[in-house]
Amino acid sequence: MSLVAAELERRGIATVAIQLLREIAVRVRPPRALFVPFPHGYPLGAPGDAAGQRQVIETALRLIETPSLAPPALVEFEPAG
Amino acid sequence: MATIDSLRMADRMFVRTYPWRRIDPVPWTALEKPLSACRLALVSSAGMVLPGQAPFDPRVRGGDFSFREIPADAEVRALIDSHRSLAFDHAGMTSDPNLVFPLDRARELAADGFVGSLNGRHLSFMGSITAPGRLVDEAAPDAARLLVADGVDVALLVPV
Repeated sequence: MSLVAAELERRGIATVAIQLLREIAVRVRPPRALFVPFPHGYPLGAPGDAAGQRQVIETALRLIETPSLAPPALVEFEPAG
Repeated sequence: MATIDSLRMADRMFVRTYPWRRIDPVPWTALEKPLSACRLALVSSAGMVLPGQAPFDPRVRGGDFSFREIPADAEVRALIDSHRSLAFDHAGMTSDPNLVFPLDRARELAADGFVGSLNGRHLSFMGSITAPGRLVDEAAPDAARLLVADGVDVALLVPV
């Protein structure tokens, strides 16, 4: 995933990757990543939880809009409430 | 919480000893307009395919580096899990494919104006590629060319 993200960024597409394993992302260094506190197989949280999934996705996409970030931008997801 | 220690021993050993390819320098595209004016594409590595598409091939040494195009109007429940890895629980994505290929969530974001529009196609890869040479040299550039030609501004990458 990170390698595909890097290729997209090189060609002018801004990316953000959901990441489950911090250890790997720190080594590979995708341009922008949101670390999520979910188990393998559950990158957006719980099945059927549309609101929760959407919160993760919106948080991830907002990283693309955040001007203060610099590469590699590796950010922790903190669920609201 | 996904941690290396939560993996099976063989997978744990792999993750710790595998020579992960370090991205250096890290490329960066700064957004020049708000998300609400951007075209979004999804890129998932959950190994999902649609009926009629070839499943990912578990026999490819080093991992099947190909990708499938998923039309933006595809029915999310039609997606079929063809990911070969046994290193994660497939139950969640089987019961709700939005968990790994969030087509419905993307439609909601576009309908609400959070993003400007959705691309006409999204891309499906299968992760667990242990020999990424052809992914880096062939499939990723091919995928990027498609999305650039489509006018995609932002991509959300979802692993499994």
